[in-house]
Amino acid sequence: MAETGSTTVAAPRLGGRRRGMALALRELSLLPAIVLTIIAGALISNAFLTTANFFNILQQSSELSVLVIAESLILIAGKFDLSLESVVGLAPMVSAWLVLKDTAMGGSGVGLDPALAIVVLFVVGALVGTMNGFLVVRLRLNAFIVTLAMLILLRGVTLGITNGKTLFELPPAFLYLGSGKWLGVPISIWIAGILYLLFGLFLRYHRVGRALYAIGGNPEAARVAGIQVERITWGAFIVAGVLSALAGLMLTGRIASVVSSEGQNMIFYVFAAAVIGGISLNGGRGRLLGALTGVLLLGILQNVLTLALIPAFWIDAAYGAIILVALVLSRVSGGTAQDQ
Amino acid sequence: MQDQRGARMAAEAARVSKRFGANQALHNVSIEIPAGDSRALVGRNGAGKSTLVAVLTGLLAPDSGSVRLGDQPAPALSERRAWRERVAAVYQHSTLVPTLTVAENLFLNAQPTAGGFGIRWGLLRERAEAVLQEWGLDVEVTEEAGRLGVEQRQIVEIARALIQGTRFIILDEPTAKLEGREVARLFERIGRLKQGGVTFLYISHHLEEIYEVCRSVTVLRDGSVVTSRPLAEMNQESVVAAMVGEAVRGQRRAPPAPQQGGVPSLVVAGLKVDGCDDVSLEIAGGECVGLAGLAGSGKEAIGEAVAGLIHRQAGRIEVAGVAMPAGGAAAARRAGVGYVPRDRRRQGIVPLLSVAENLTMTIQERLGPAGLILPAERERQAQRMIGALQLVAAGTEQPIGELSGGNQQKAVLGRALASDPKLLVLAHPTQGVDIAAKEALFAIVARARAEGTGVLVVSDDLDELTICDRVLVVFKGRIAASFAAGWDDRELVAAIEGMAMHG
Repeated sequence: MAETGSTTVAAPRLGGRRRGMALALRELSLLPAIVLTIIAGALISNAFLTTANFFNILQQSSELSVLVIAESLILIAGKFDLSLESVVGLAPMVSAWLVLKDTAMGGSGVGLDPALAIVVLFVVGALVGTMNGFLVVRLRLNAFIVTLAMLILLRGVTLGITNGKTLFELPPAFLYLGSGKWLGVPISIWIAGILYLLFGLFLRYHRVGRALYAIGGNPEAARVAGIQVERITWGAFIVAGVLSALAGLMLTGRIASVVSSEGQNMIFYVFAAAVIGGISLNGGRGRLLGALTGVLLLGILQNVLTLALIPAFWIDAAYGAIILVALVLSRVSGGTAQDQ
Repeated sequence: MQDQRGARMAAEAARVSKRFGANQALHNVSIEIPAGDSRALVGRNGAGKSTLVAVLTGLLAPDSGSVRLGDQPAPALSERRAWRERVAAVYQHSTLVPTLTVAENLFLNAQPTAGGFGIRWGLLRERAEAVLQEWGLDVEVTEEAGRLGVEQRQIVEIARALIQGTRFIILDEPTAKLEGREVARLFERIGRLKQGGVTFLYISHHLEEIYEVCRSVTVLRDGSVVTSRPLAEMNQESVVAAMVGEAVRGQRRAPPAPQQGGVPSLVVAGLKVDGCDDVSLEIAGGECVGLAGLAGSGKEAIGEAVAGLIHRQAGRIEVAGVAMPAGGAAAARRAGVGYVPRDRRRQGIVPLLSVAENLTMTIQERLGPAGLILPAERERQAQRMIGALQLVAAGTEQPIGELSGGNQQKAVLGRALASDPKLLVLAHPTQGVDIAAKEALFAIVARARAEGTGVLVVSDDLDELTICDRVLVVFKGRIAASFAAGWDDRELVAAIEGMAMHG
């Protein structure tokens, strides 16, 4: 008996180690694709491998990358949020509208203090997250359809507030994050980088972060382990709302205005980046490091396609096709098996 | 926790009652499990074992009566943590998070941290390894829980309970999915844990096991405790007698099969499917054969293989003399098999569709040319079947989900008969229907038999089996015994539970 016992011990132990390595590698399974894209970019254009272009790519990806963190939190907990991109539009729209005095330019005439308006911006994000959390967690409605309806509703509100007008002449507080630099590096890159570090550590080294994985992996087991499943899931929606508002502020600063279509269609790229980066749509699996490689791949790709002078009308088609190829490659190479 | 270690009683329930609707699941149940005991909890399906476990683990509140754990009154139902420190149950289904490692599952929500933030992964793994080693349990802590086999998963769940301080562990049919060698190892581990002062409540359908693992036994029947005593005082026969109660002869409820030569309705030879091996049986025209066995014995798999629902790895199935091709449920139906699935809500009816649509689902090709469904023809067929089945419905257009359980079951049975099958396979055909509906269902089956249709009844309900001419007992995937009508209920139950009993 003792002998059979020891042989069965040995087998899984080896398997465990190898799997540990595979896990680490899996997070980087997009690296070959990224390297390939960079090589292609360098061959296509001299302007590609320059510091300026490098910052350009990172800055243009920064809002997307913050949204990807937000979506990852919710996906890991086994839920879904399509409405994040509408917060990117709504939050800056509401707060800028409250600031602007000139009603002819689309402002409210209220003339709210810009500092207070920034607070309002985040409150809007938190409120939308709270609402989603209430509907999905408390009322147990299907997250897909709830957040889809929320997306449509909030897009409509964003359009309605100013009758579709674009808001200009924003106070400096709105522009700082999207246009300023720290140590010669655009602030939005700093923010995205710091957030990845913080949330990456949080998800790996904090009990609440681990609780998100447990909830997404097996909510019943999480509940039995004493995890406050509802509260934490709801919290994920709220934090995601706040992060989306931040992404909206960064985008507003970069384009120095608030357009009613701000953030439109971003949610597709959010999902694409998260999923090719290994965040499972079934919940409980995936790391922010992987999601980050997903964002970078999409950002570099977009840049290379533009530099390659692909006709603007065909860029989306090329983009979609390449995302599909990336998915297939990551499945074949790393055995990532997105959503087996 | 320390209290629990010095406790006199690991668990006590005093006059606990629990009712679900009309069903009195527990009736004044009292049970005392001294610390260090290993108690077997046995009883037939529906005797109240699961309800008692749910009450003892704080998943259900009793309607009356009280529960004490470790000499203290049980915590409030909402205090999951307090319950978990006193009692843990290992079920057949996993309660681990499949995407996390073994180590993290062991310390879920209690990971060692450096000042709140900063989980110390190295320490977490070391502790997990230490605990597993201390109790002589061998699982790799970096393995993902979802990849563990049944045996290793059970080890992790037991270890998790021990970490939380629990010294009272309920094992709910732990060996149901284990192989012989794994069972032996499990018993060995249980033995070590018992020496370490862990109290067990052990639920098993395999009576021979409880003699290996347990010191005492509590027998439940119809929601009441029949007896609680040391196993040394009870042999297997008296345990079975306590489970079954009054010795009843299986009252034959149907006329015997019409003796006719001819081709048999069903021939199964050397059938091998997941959970069963080398099964052979034969059903004559008009004969009714029962297939009895525990949950997990493989009796369902045999029925499903005959109905074409699961893949046949080897073996031959002939329906009315013609070999049934592999090719799923449609092929089986074409070959002449009518099937009444076990769970009518899940596999039988489409609740939102009308009675007419549900009834005619198996005979759509008769409802019109070229795949068309002519409403008038469907209506005519449905009306005919409603008449034949004496189905009570507001009309053919009523959604079938609104009918009573008995009428739904009649519809499912009627549908199976609609295609004039050579063989009927019935899985738990009268589960959850009232007595009148049961008699009506049996009458319908009897009519089909009179016309020469063979019947295979897959069930472990003694009452359902009384319509059979013969009952075959499936045990661990093989046909272990055969009883002709007029069997002794105790002998049949003993065979189902896996005991060789003579006399």
